Amino acid sequence: MINYIWGWMILLSLVVGALNGRLEYTVNEGINAAKNSITVVLSFAGIMCMWSGIMKIADDGGISSFIGKLLSPITHFLFPRLKKTGPAMRTIIMNITANLLGMGNAATPLGLKAMGELDKLSANREYATDEMCTFVVLNTASFQLIPTTIIALRAAAGSEKPFEIIVPIWLASGFAILCALVSVKLLSKLCPVPSSKIISRNDK
Amino acid sequence: MPDIYLISRICVFAVPIILGCIIAAGLFRKVPVYESFISGAEDGIRTVIKIFPILLAVLTAVAMLRASGAMELIIYFIKPVTDFLGIPGDIVPLALLRPISGGGSIGLLTDILNTSGADTFTGRAASVIMGSTETTFYTLAVYFRATKVKYTRVALPAALIGDMAGICMSVWICRIIFG
Repeated sequence: MINYIWGWMILLSLVVGALNGRLEYTVNEGINAAKNSITVVLSFAGIMCMWSGIMKIADDGGISSFIGKLLSPITHFLFPRLKKTGPAMRTIIMNITANLLGMGNAATPLGLKAMGELDKLSANREYATDEMCTFVVLNTASFQLIPTTIIALRAAAGSEKPFEIIVPIWLASGFAILCALVSVKLLSKLCPVPSSKIISRNDK
Repeated sequence: MPDIYLISRICVFAVPIILGCIIAAGLFRKVPVYESFISGAEDGIRTVIKIFPILLAVLTAVAMLRASGAMELIIYFIKPVTDFLGIPGDIVPLALLRPISGGGSIGLLTDILNTSGADTFTGRAASVIMGSTETTFYTLAVYFRATKVKYTRVALPAALIGDMAGICMSVWICRIIFG
C-alpha cells in the first residue's frame, strides 16, 4: 500500500507540476529535500541515541518487572479469562511495558509471542478471540511514557519547548485507548464468534 | 478549564524526574549504568540509520507535492471534512498516512515541524497526533500473522475508532492548552 502511495505522490507531483508550469521547480525542490534530509537525521540522531541509552539503563535496572507489577490489576481487568501468571498474561504484560518505555524493537517480538499464546487458547482458530482483539487494540493505540522520537524531532526543528507536548500526548493517548477498548467490548458483544458459544477456552 | 500552569509544570518536570529515577534506580540496583547507556545509544544509532532512507523518500516526495501545487489541491478537496472536524488542513496528510506507515509519518511530521514551525498550533497538534496514534494497519497485519486467524472480527473497527478518537482529542487538547 505504501508503495502505491509513495509512487503516486511522485507521479502526481510531476503531472500537477507540469500543468502548473512548475516542473523544473518541482524536481529541484525534490532534490533539495533529499539533500537536506541528511541534516534532519543528523540533528535528531544525538537526542535519539541519548534516550535509547537512558532507556537501556532502565531496562537493565529491572524497571520492566516493576511496571509489570503495577500493571497487574489493569491487565487482570482487561483479560479476566487469562490466568494471572500464565504465559499469555506474562508476555502481554512484557509487551505493554516495552511499549510504555518506547522500546518498539522489543515490543513487537513480545507482541507476536503473546498472540501465539492467545492462539493456543482459542477454541475456534479461524476467528480472533476477544482477548486477541483487546490485545491488538492496546498495541494500535499504544501509550508511551516519554515520546522520545517526537521530542527529538521537535528539538531538531528548533522548538523552544520540545517537551510541552508530553502531557497532551498522555491525555490524547489515554482517551484513544479508552475509546478503542470500549469499542472492542461493545462490538464483541454485538458480534460474537459465530457458530459457537465458546469464544475462548478458559485458561484457569 | 484545565489548569494550564500545572500542565506545563508537569511537562517541564516529567523528564528530569523520570531521568533521575532511572539513574538512581540503576545505581541502587548495581547496574553498570555507563556501559548500559553506551550499549543503548548504539541501538539508537541503528534505529536512526534504519529511519534515514524512509525519511529521505518521504521528505523528497512531500517537497515535490508541495512545490508542484498538488498538496494545495489535495488539502482543498478534503477541506470540507476537516473543517467539520476542526482539524487544520496541513495536518490532514499526517492523519491519513499515520495508520499506514510509521516511518512515512515520521517523515511527514518532520516536514510539518520544519515548514510550519514546532511551536505553532499546527506543529504541536501534529506532534500530539503522532504521539497518541500508532501504525494501525501494519500492527494488525503483523500481529495476526502470528496466529491462524482468518477473521479479525472487531479488531480493525475498534482500532480505527481509537485512532479517530486520538486524532480529534489531540487537536481539541492542543486548542484548549495552547490556544
